[in-house]
Formats: sequence, C-alpha cells, structure tokens
Amino acid sequence: MWQTLQTALTPYILSPLTVLLCLLAAGGWVLGARRLARQGRAPSVWRTLSFFTGLLLCYAVIHTQFDYYARYMFFMHRIQHLVLHHLGAFLIALANPLPVLAAVAGGRRFPLLARAFAPLRRVLFDPVVATLLFVGLIFFWLWPSVHFDAMLSLRLYELMNWSMLIDGVIFWLVILDPRDPRQARTSGFGVRFLMLVAALFPQILLGAYITFSEPGLYDVYAICGRAWPLSPATDQVLGGVLTWIPPAMMTILGALVVLRYYLNYEQRGD
Amino acid sequence: MRIPGLLIALFAVLLAGCGESPVAFHGKDITGVMNDLSFTLTDENGDTVTETIVDGKAVVLFFGYTHCPDYCPMTLTLLAQAMNTLSEQEREQLRVLFISVDPERDTPALLKEYTEYFGPEVIGLTGSKDQLDDVTKRYRTAYGYGDKDEEGNYEVSHGLAMYGFDKSGRVRLLMRNDQPVEQVADDLKALTDL
Repeated sequence: MWQTLQTALTPYILSPLTVLLCLLAAGGWVLGARRLARQGRAPSVWRTLSFFTGLLLCYAVIHTQFDYYARYMFFMHRIQHLVLHHLGAFLIALANPLPVLAAVAGGRRFPLLARAFAPLRRVLFDPVVATLLFVGLIFFWLWPSVHFDAMLSLRLYELMNWSMLIDGVIFWLVILDPRDPRQARTSGFGVRFLMLVAALFPQILLGAYITFSEPGLYDVYAICGRAWPLSPATDQVLGGVLTWIPPAMMTILGALVVLRYYLNYEQRGD
Repeated sequence: MRIPGLLIALFAVLLAGCGESPVAFHGKDITGVMNDLSFTLTDENGDTVTETIVDGKAVVLFFGYTHCPDYCPMTLTLLAQAMNTLSEQEREQLRVLFISVDPERDTPALLKEYTEYFGPEVIGLTGSKDQLDDVTKRYRTAYGYGDKDEEGNYEVSHGLAMYGFDKSGRVRLLMRNDQPVEQVADDLKALTDL
C-alpha cells in the first residue's frame, strides 16, 4: 500500500522548476496570510482551502505518476490541461491570492519593480487580451504540429504546461476578482460575462472538431506509444469530449460566481 | 495586441531552435531534442550490453515485440528493403537495434531467431523492467500490456517511431514507417554520412 502510494507520488520526470515554483507559491501564501493575520485581516479558511486545493491539484497532474499518463494518452493530457487551465487555476484565482501574496513584502514597497510590471499587468489583465490568450493558448498547443513538437521535447512540454497554468490563473483572476469594479476600476461584470461567452464557443467548436475528426489527429501518441493498449479512435473521442464539455461547465461555474458578486454589489446599492 | 505577437514570435524561436543540423531528412529532424544513445540491456546471447556494441556506427533504434502482428514485422521489412538499396560499405556503417518491450515472451534465443530473418545488421535487445523503463523514458516512449486471453496471448502497446543516431551516438532523426522505402534509404544514407 505504502509502496503503491510512493510510486504514484513519484514524479515521472523530476522538474526542479516545478518544485521551486510550487514551494514559492505555498510559502508565499503561508507567509502573507500570517502577516495579514497580525493586522486582523487573515484570509478565510475557505480561501486558504481553495488556494491549496488548486495548487495541489496542479502539482498532482504535472509532478506525479499522473504526468506519465498525461504524456502517453491524449485524453489524460486533456485532463491535465483541464486541471491546469480550468479547475486548478480557477480555485487558485477564486482564493483571491494577489493581496495575500503581496502581503509577503510587508510594509516594504518596490516602486521600480511595480512600475516595471504595471504595463505588463495592464496588458495581460485586459479583458480582450486575457480572453484571446486563454482561447489562443488552447488552440496553439492543440495545433497538431505544435502538439507533436511539444510532446516530443521536454523543454517545450514544460513551457506548455506552465504557460497553460499561468494563463489560466490570469484569466480567472480577471473573471473572479471580488472587488467592486466601480471602485477598483477592474473589468465590469458585464464584460466578464462576455469574456466567458467569448471563450466558451471556440472551446466547444474545438472539442467537437476533435471528437468528430478522423482518428489520428494527434499521432504523436501512436508514434511514442500509449500507456496501455487503447484504440487511437477512443483516445481521441475521449480527449475531444474532455476539451468540449468540462470547460463549458467551468464557464458556467465562473458565470455563477460573477453573478453572485454582481447581486452582492447591487444589493448593497449605490 | 503587442504581447500576443511577441509570444508567437517567442514560440517560433523556441520551435525553430529544435532543428539545427544542416541535413534535410525526409523524416523529422530531432537533433538536440532527445538524449544521446545510451542503454544497458540484454543481447541475443543473454549477455548484458551497453551502447558500446554499436560504437562508431549509425543506429536506427525502435521498440517492439516479436509477437507483434503488424507494425514490427512491417517496419523491419521496410528497413531491410531500404538497407538493400544501400551499398555494402554503407550497410556496414549502420546497425538496427530492435528493443523488445516484452521480455516475458521474448527470450534472447527467440529474439535471435526473429532478427536473423531481417538481416545481419539487425540486433535484438531486451531487458528487465527497470532497464526497459530507463531506455523508453530516454526516448520519450511508453509501453504497456493488454489483458491475457485464454491461451495466454496478450497485446503490447509500444511506440511506432524509429530513432536515428549518427556515428557519435547523437540523436538526429525520427522516422515513421509510412515513409516510402526510397525515403527511408535516403535518410539512412544521410545518417551514415553525418
């Protein structure tokens, strides 16, 4: 039993970068939350739970035995990206992590750093750019020739997974920002609905396209061998459905959270 | 919109960085993408061997098993046909490594009988689970076993790629068995010329 667990948790290919980034994120939250607690503004248990569940899920799909299956089965790869880009990123963003992570700095300010990052943040958090990147990255990494190269090269593979996770967190941070848009000057709730709708349809189309295409769209799995003998057609259909339906469900979930925020601020009245 | 443009440019650079060798293969140039040739496996005589058995030769490596109904014999036939179009000297510069990922059924003796059929340049290898896991991971390929039927037969899933290494053991080429014989022969010749 212990040995099974150990095997399951051992990373297929050890990535120091992944370990470092996950430790930094977890450490940042713990430190920031402690600093905030001293000021009596500790994040709620739910936020902490959401953050760590999201982080753990992401870690689990890229740095355990799961990663092996994600490399050698198309539909497992789709589950991996579903967690990185949707579920895990969603939970991390839902925890509203930026104020907590910013609290790590304590009273210190870094005006130069802030000024250097401000334009980048403005661009990446822009609703149009965030949506285009969110959908664009899904299409980019699923472009058959790009997908082939990414699956073959360790470097590109890591770039693919991290770009999906970081992009997912940014997109969901824009959608799930809990502040009142009128005061924080963030994207309005209407805009966020539009972002979700705009991101939803291309994903449905892509998922349906993969599902109904002739098998062999992603032949890298045939060339590199599957983790177990599953027919290429079944693998592709499963992968297509996983690209199609769960992301659509996550969109609805996102819309529900936005709706809740909206009603909250409406009730408080102007 | 500057940022997406920048990202695409970055990806383009990264992708372009993958192929840097001057040779134009018909197959996919994977110079630098994977590890150099290295393994510890069991040969057809039951001896433990390493990559030094092919020192100084260009190598085509692929994974399979002798009970394979279609892909493995097809690929070995394709390679044998391509090799037959090469000169004797060129063939002497080349070795085909057939690594069986089914050590339970593929004994050294069976491997010997199997590979001899496809020519003297073909060397059969297999190994323990750990050894096979090592070498398959190195070349980004997986294998797995299906359920046994009443007679104890089972399917084995394995990668379909042929990996080409130059004479110094550097990874160069990824071929699939849907390439025509002439193209495979061209690529084999290019490998020995590197």
